[in-house]
Amino acid sequence: MKFLRLSNQFLFLASLCVSVSLSSAVQLIKPSENSYLDIQEALILAEPGDIIRLSAGIFTLEDSLSLDVPGVQIEGEGMGQTILDFSNQLSGAQGLSVTSDNVTLQDFAIQNAKGDAIKVKGVTNIKFLRVKTEWTNGPSSENGAYGLYPVESKNVLIDGCVAIGASDAGIYVGQSQNIIVRNSRAEFNVAGIEIENSYFADVYNNTATNNTGGILVFDLPGLPQQGGHHVRVFNNRSVGNNTDNFAPEGNIVGEVPRGTGIIIQANSDVEIFNNEIGENDTVNIAVVTYGNDTDDKTYYPHPKSIQIHGNTFGPTGYNPDTSKGELAKILFDLSGGDMPDIFWDGLLPFTQLIFGQPENEKMVVANNGNATLLAIKPIGYMLPYFEPAILDIQEFDGEIIPLEKVEFDETF
Amino acid sequence: MKHSKKISLLITLFICFDTKSQSISSFDFEKFSHVPKFLSDYGFFKDLRNQKPVSNVHPYSLSSQLFSDETDKLRFVYVPEGKKVGYVKNKVFIFPVGSVLIKTFAYLNNNGPLEAELLETRLLINTNNGWKAISYVWNEDQTDAKRAIAGATIPTRFVNSSGKIRDVRYRAPNQNQCKECHQLKKVMTPIGPKARNMNKLVEYDAGEMNQLVYWAALGWINENLGSTSISNYADVNAVLNERARAYLDINCGHCHIPGGSADTTGLYLNFTEQDKEQIGIYKKPVAAGRASGNLKYSIVPGHPEDSILLYRMKSLDPGIMMPESGRALSDETGIKLITDWIDKL
Repeated sequence: MKFLRLSNQFLFLASLCVSVSLSSAVQLIKPSENSYLDIQEALILAEPGDIIRLSAGIFTLEDSLSLDVPGVQIEGEGMGQTILDFSNQLSGAQGLSVTSDNVTLQDFAIQNAKGDAIKVKGVTNIKFLRVKTEWTNGPSSENGAYGLYPVESKNVLIDGCVAIGASDAGIYVGQSQNIIVRNSRAEFNVAGIEIENSYFADVYNNTATNNTGGILVFDLPGLPQQGGHHVRVFNNRSVGNNTDNFAPEGNIVGEVPRGTGIIIQANSDVEIFNNEIGENDTVNIAVVTYGNDTDDKTYYPHPKSIQIHGNTFGPTGYNPDTSKGELAKILFDLSGGDMPDIFWDGLLPFTQLIFGQPENEKMVVANNGNATLLAIKPIGYMLPYFEPAILDIQEFDGEIIPLEKVEFDETF
Repeated sequence: MKHSKKISLLITLFICFDTKSQSISSFDFEKFSHVPKFLSDYGFFKDLRNQKPVSNVHPYSLSSQLFSDETDKLRFVYVPEGKKVGYVKNKVFIFPVGSVLIKTFAYLNNNGPLEAELLETRLLINTNNGWKAISYVWNEDQTDAKRAIAGATIPTRFVNSSGKIRDVRYRAPNQNQCKECHQLKKVMTPIGPKARNMNKLVEYDAGEMNQLVYWAALGWINENLGSTSISNYADVNAVLNERARAYLDINCGHCHIPGGSADTTGLYLNFTEQDKEQIGIYKKPVAAGRASGNLKYSIVPGHPEDSILLYRMKSLDPGIMMPESGRALSDETGIKLITDWIDKL
């Protein structure tokens, strides 16, 4: 007995020495009357290498939190245990904002932020591990825009996260490069997972369900980084995304019809494979051109070099949403009500409409079981007596040239 | 030319004479390894409460100002002796290392029954490692201000420009929020002191004088910068477009500028931006969410009521309002100006 107690003391001393030698301080914060001041002071005074640990419980916050010290880890005791609640937020446009490099956020939840839940801007190396963002009153246009929102960043890892109720996108990565989104779940958002104006993204092993649109790969004009490319979307489930679009008008995702599995818009080199996509009211996969006017001369609005293969499709198109944009209506008319799994609007630069696309820019659709497809032939669509659409999926058969895996050092 | 030289000589004499009184000398702003706990520790003021600076700390003011819940702002600048201030057209003055910009936010309540209240004093210190932002919040007795790392909430009331008493939940920003606005391409920078925004008369102890002339007399800048001046947006005699652009520049343009913290949106409201879509005209929102207010474009010419920009200026909801931080009230004067501007676009 005595020996045991002694050895315990020894162990305790030894562990102290170890933590000192690592020189990283752990600061434990518990919920209190002054949760905002407690956490925000810790975030400002933190040194690189420090861990800010938030104990289990509900932290009630009236002002938004921010971290600008590199190399800091903010960790809770679990996304169901440590909850940062912003229901009574009075100032600040985010729940938490991060503007420093090499930051890890893990094991906590952010609830009911008045704007975006977690915004990370302009950093290199950011990890979200088992973080949850949620608006708890269900889908509503009063909810904040984004759940997890890294933008203008490099080396972004989102792993094991959950995003619920965002009025734009639950998991949104914008204007970034080197991105991995995996093992995560997006539910009851307008867009479940969205990769926008970004380069080199792998989106895999995720579930997107009960959103308006499951997974979106978008590119928009007029932004510092555009020309989104090299995005792989694989091994995901994008099923039953049939929540009515609740985005406030004016937002690009406000144009997404209810019941869309995956949308690729104005990107190049996108590979969609081995996904399970089904039970989506309007269409399982849509490949489309950016549809609004823009003065931006540097912007290329058409998708190109898209590969769709090895996916498993469930039923779709049985209850198309004709209230949003033209997509569902045109599809319904052209397919005579027999809605396809995969849709391409067929829009191209005028010269390519006449003379055809360069070989390496053509869409390839292969090995998708008995999937159906509809691609508009814009010239035929506009003129009488011509075929308005291609319905034979075999016309898009071709060799798949796999894109390279996205990798970066995840151990920062 | 000769005339202004004479003036400079006079000021120089005056300043030399005055340095016999108190001045700051002992502080090492270049290294700035230790952050003082109290504003009084610095010795910027010979009369702290009444904001009377020592002789080598000089008051300055701006033509167009950021709206901050109708606070009065008392600005001062310290430049180490013998150092020059650099000038690049359309940019903020380049202050030498060791300089300090001091800004006290207060409700002076000059036109009403409440006493003057100093709220906070923000410092921007140009150290060897770049500009540092530190803020101090005034105590209730108004005897000193204490460092507020995480900022502070000050519920108070004040007399507004039309003599009415209003309540406000005034927020002194934390250090990170300072950076939100003061960072350009990840580098901290002052915002206000641009030559074009300072070319105006100011009341000094020695009398009224153009502050660029005054700075030249101090030996900080050359006498003739050839700088144009920006309109004071509050000046109703100035051209509407200039006033509106001056307002947007000082209230929005530090974040809404390429390299600023709102550049992710592609909406650029800095004075020198010329591209119509980038300024917001028929520009769709990118990441506004519910802050779009169900409107389609940032600015719809002729239709202020359909313009997201104005909707967000009016809002008091933290998830909608612009700017994101730094105000709890809406700026009625600014709203009227931008309404008129959009209406006539």
